[in-house]
Amino acid sequence: MSDYNFAYLDEQTKRMIRRAILKGLAIPGYQVPFASREMPMPYGWGTGGVQVSAAVMTPDDRFKVIDQGADDTTNAVSIRTFFERTAGVATTTKTSQASVIQTRHRIPEEPLSEGQILVYQVPIPEPLRFLEPRESETRKMHSLEEYGLMHVKLYEDISRHGHIATSYAYPVKVEGRYVMDPSPIPKFDNPKLGDMAAIQLFGAGREQRIYALPPYTQVVSLDFEDHPFEASKPDHPCAMCGAENSYLDEVITNDAGGRMFVCSDTDFCEARQAAGHTGTMNGKDAA
Amino acid sequence: MTPLLSVQGITKFYGQHIGCKDVAFDLYPGEVMGIVGESGSGKSTLLNCMAGHLTPDAGAVVFDTRTDGPRDTVTMSEPERRMLSRTDWAFVHQHARDGLRMGVSAGGNVGERLMAVGDRHYGDIRAKATDWLGRVEIDANRVDDRPTTFSGGMQQRLQIARNLVTGPRLVFMDEPTGGLDVSVQARLLDLLRGLVRDMGLSAIIVTHDLAVVRLLADRLMVMKDGHVVEAGLTDQVLDDPQHAYSQLLVSSVLQV
Repeated sequence: MSDYNFAYLDEQTKRMIRRAILKGLAIPGYQVPFASREMPMPYGWGTGGVQVSAAVMTPDDRFKVIDQGADDTTNAVSIRTFFERTAGVATTTKTSQASVIQTRHRIPEEPLSEGQILVYQVPIPEPLRFLEPRESETRKMHSLEEYGLMHVKLYEDISRHGHIATSYAYPVKVEGRYVMDPSPIPKFDNPKLGDMAAIQLFGAGREQRIYALPPYTQVVSLDFEDHPFEASKPDHPCAMCGAENSYLDEVITNDAGGRMFVCSDTDFCEARQAAGHTGTMNGKDAA
Repeated sequence: MTPLLSVQGITKFYGQHIGCKDVAFDLYPGEVMGIVGESGSGKSTLLNCMAGHLTPDAGAVVFDTRTDGPRDTVTMSEPERRMLSRTDWAFVHQHARDGLRMGVSAGGNVGERLMAVGDRHYGDIRAKATDWLGRVEIDANRVDDRPTTFSGGMQQRLQIARNLVTGPRLVFMDEPTGGLDVSVQARLLDLLRGLVRDMGLSAIIVTHDLAVVRLLADRLMVMKDGHVVEAGLTDQVLDDPQHAYSQLLVSSVLQV
């Protein structure tokens, strides 16, 4: 552990990132540029999230990493191990016991509490990017609050599919001011963004942007009056724990069309199973 | 009567080179002004200065706003000017591709300005878009097609629909018929003339095609080397040109 400075980054870098985080918290939803460092992992694997986590982490923290809701996938395991080695902090898979949670593409099902920090990995921080390729122009649009273009995207969805087909990275408006990309979380998670007790930090390493939502911030998903926002999920209960109200992954079980729907949040699912809840396929395949 | 647009001493230099110099005129509501001249005579520079795309080095462009009366748009703050260019102004580019979002359906293109000024009802936006496609003679069942599948003339008509949907009072047009073949040009001009008369629009049309100004413009300015060399009623300038360059311009038109 003594081979590295605490949490890998040097203190000056952490200081620079903390300044960006503070600025982001002061202006909710505003993308603060920061001098993103090279990290020992490829872009797209969470370099932004790792830098933010490193900057907010203290030796007393208990760290949790989730990747698409799961604690046991490659990305989650490697980042958790990275901080075990470079910071020596305690780690956990239990949402309620973690003080810093780094996440890729999900918000935990269990409501977070004050004192917790949720760090998102963000691939493309600019919600307007695919509509307006010029950075100079999108910055101007943010500063002048010209967000009509965002609705053009939703309009196109409805005209092509009959409903708003955007199902992840669904754009939100923060405190009636900035339009923000909530990172590629499913739109099922969008309602949890607003009024959350925990601090939410967003780090985009390649794009060199940090933005933030302080606790209890108003976050509204964009929509049309006659096509209101809807937090959608597969219309099934979890096959393992029977949960009706959690976000589900579809798992193909054989090549004859067999499939099952299970909670994407593994900690939530395991806790429910331990408490005696059971779904339709629990135990049958294990035998 | 207050002029809708009052241009006062607009001057724009590109380094040592004159873009346009000391251009001044008044445009009254419902009036169509033509600006003609050869390539490089400064007509597009002038148009871009008036529309706020370029900042002139000197002069004022006073627009009679709906809420505050006459305001100088050159010194106005950028949010105000951009708001104006989404609501009361329209700009029709020579190349429809510059003025359209090619990756967005025709309906989305027309609806963008509506959404930009706060329209949030999908049904209403779509109904208005379809109505406007009809007005510019684009079939309603093309509403979900992208402009890339449209012909040049249709793209230009779509651009016009997209610009006029918010009911602007002043339209800037930069060679609206450039690059179209003559029969398509004739239909487009007919359409434009109808829209301008029906909606009581004021317009400033930059072109090098004298037939366009003969059909559309009430008044005409002839530009040469950044200066206005002659101005007057369209018929008067075209039938009895006084300045040597205007005479050359008029006599250069091929008679078929």
